[in-house]
Amino acid sequence: MQYESQQILNVLNDAPLQQKLYGATARNQAKRRNVIPPAFQPEFQKLREAARDIKRHTLDYLDYYLEQAEAQVTAHGGHVFWARDAAEATSYVLDVMRRRGARLLVKSKSMTTEEIHLNDRLEDAGLEAVETDLGEFIIQLNRERPYHIVTPALHKDRYDVADIFERTLGVGREEVPEKQTLIARRILREKFLAAGVGVSGANFVVAETGTVVIVENEGNARLSSSAPPVHIAVAGIEKLVPRLADLGVFLNILARSATGQALSIYTSMLSGPRREGEIDGPEEFHLILLDNGRSRVLAGRERRETLQCIRCGACLNHCPVFRKIGGHVYPGTYSGPIGAILTPQLSGPQEAPWLPFASSLCGACAEVCPVKIDIPKLLLSLRAEIVESAKDEKASWAEKLAFRFYAWLMKHPRLFDMAGEAGTAVLPLLGLPGREGQSFRRQWRQRSQA
Amino acid sequence: MSTRVALFVTCVVDQLFPRTGMAMAEVLERLGCRVEFPEDQTCCGQPAYNSGWMDEAREVAQRFVRVFEGYEYVVAPSGSCVSMVKNHYPELLGADPFGGRVFEFSQFLTDVLRVEDVGARFAHSVTYHDACHSLRELHIKAGPRRLLANVRGLELREMEPPEECCGFGGTFSVKFPHVSQAMGATKAESIQRTGAEYVASADPSCLMNIDGALRRLGAATRTIHLAEILASR
Repeated sequence: MQYESQQILNVLNDAPLQQKLYGATARNQAKRRNVIPPAFQPEFQKLREAARDIKRHTLDYLDYYLEQAEAQVTAHGGHVFWARDAAEATSYVLDVMRRRGARLLVKSKSMTTEEIHLNDRLEDAGLEAVETDLGEFIIQLNRERPYHIVTPALHKDRYDVADIFERTLGVGREEVPEKQTLIARRILREKFLAAGVGVSGANFVVAETGTVVIVENEGNARLSSSAPPVHIAVAGIEKLVPRLADLGVFLNILARSATGQALSIYTSMLSGPRREGEIDGPEEFHLILLDNGRSRVLAGRERRETLQCIRCGACLNHCPVFRKIGGHVYPGTYSGPIGAILTPQLSGPQEAPWLPFASSLCGACAEVCPVKIDIPKLLLSLRAEIVESAKDEKASWAEKLAFRFYAWLMKHPRLFDMAGEAGTAVLPLLGLPGREGQSFRRQWRQRSQA
Repeated sequence: MSTRVALFVTCVVDQLFPRTGMAMAEVLERLGCRVEFPEDQTCCGQPAYNSGWMDEAREVAQRFVRVFEGYEYVVAPSGSCVSMVKNHYPELLGADPFGGRVFEFSQFLTDVLRVEDVGARFAHSVTYHDACHSLRELHIKAGPRRLLANVRGLELREMEPPEECCGFGGTFSVKFPHVSQAMGATKAESIQRTGAEYVASADPSCLMNIDGALRRLGAATRTIHLAEILASR
């Protein structure tokens, strides 16, 4: 099995990238720490427990809450589409665009639409999709995929952005971030006004009211969902929360964990199309509820908690492995610890069997997870499944032999002792520090006899 | 009546760092414990467990239970091995054979014997590495520092950041050697920045890994197990 790919080695050997990666994640950590001061810790821990409990409950009764949400959205004049997979979801978006005669779509940041490769599908159909989140905009111009769930251009500094803008937008070189933002703003403003359809993800879907909740800092999600005549929100089925009141818990932990803010700048609550007497909002409102493997994860009770994830990215910022290998070596849409447990479950563990093994099991991810997903436990469970399914295959013979031998040796203390003597005698020959004196058990025996 | 303690020295200490085991025994005896070493002990099974080889891990774990089940207390110089027995055996074996009777060495001192000053003397500057499984699976953070604070002549210097993994992770360091080494290098640098003469920890595997990282960096800092500091006079 290939564990450490050339791609991983390339990232490790890229000194400037290493610096950006370690620096940016350290800053993200510091911001989170500052907004969860020691005095707030006890309350924060209670919020985590509440969030986990609400998510657990919602997942246990997901069928009920999904139907409740559908009924509410429909009652408000919106449309709900149940998408089994990426193809169904993207086809639905294409159909809406064709019916409306729209050629341009503006998108606010959404990992779920990354997961279904919406932009590629539109491009293949000769239509245009424009990312309006600044980080996503940069990444789209450079034809990359997001490096990080929350900060997609984490691996780019302002000089990289200057290069990308100069090359792809035909503007003069600009290295000042504020001025770079103004360039993006000017271009995006025109796109917002010209777009026939706006697409967003959903941070939460409130079942009792059918409300799609989006948190963001740039105002682009609010514009994407209100300026174009049609709005389509794409939500994984795990995004449900039962009540509007539950947002009191989730909004309190999401921004703190994600961007180190007490609250995001914008929290938009979308409940259907524009109603009579309202002066803004879309004429049409669609909610796509995406499965794409999630119901399979839901069915496996042991790993169901994976679906509690609210995509805050804290586990990425705190993962010492992610901080070395970066976001692009992870297969699938989601990188870092959450990707290491989610991707194998969505696409099958054999797609990238190395993934759950790429962890020292240090537990930093679980420590910061705002919904208390026990990521190390799930990694271990996936490892066991991968080993179990491949243990009789040819490629596993060496490892199988090693662990069979290990178990046998550990059941025979005298042989273990002899093997230890032989092994430690070899250490200095390998240039490793040797052992001082005899093994503990031999020293202890001598001491007892003395 | 003295407390009867079974030493689980761990396979790593037994074969590679016997001095750590002897130091642990010495401190416990000094504090009045009756220390025993069940000679049939080997490993807790963690290498197989963490690598996904559950049947092999179970065989070794079942054996561990037979060797140690008669003792009132089991104490080990490794938070990681203790966490394996305490937190993962219940899942692996479907039962919790030890309940609260297995302790990491420093936790046994502070929480069971309720001792924070063992009368040690160690006139050196020391930085303390929070081993991940001690920190996050056993919630050990303040205890070792209180023990070190009471060592005569010792100057404790905290590293920044203090809670980052050293990159060992057992078979992780074999499967991802370069990633592991990169993590180790970062750890070694933060240790070196403290200027401390020693880096101490309560986990021999982390110390072994950190020792390698410090050597590669060319740093003068030496590694030492907490038990060895507490045994010094």
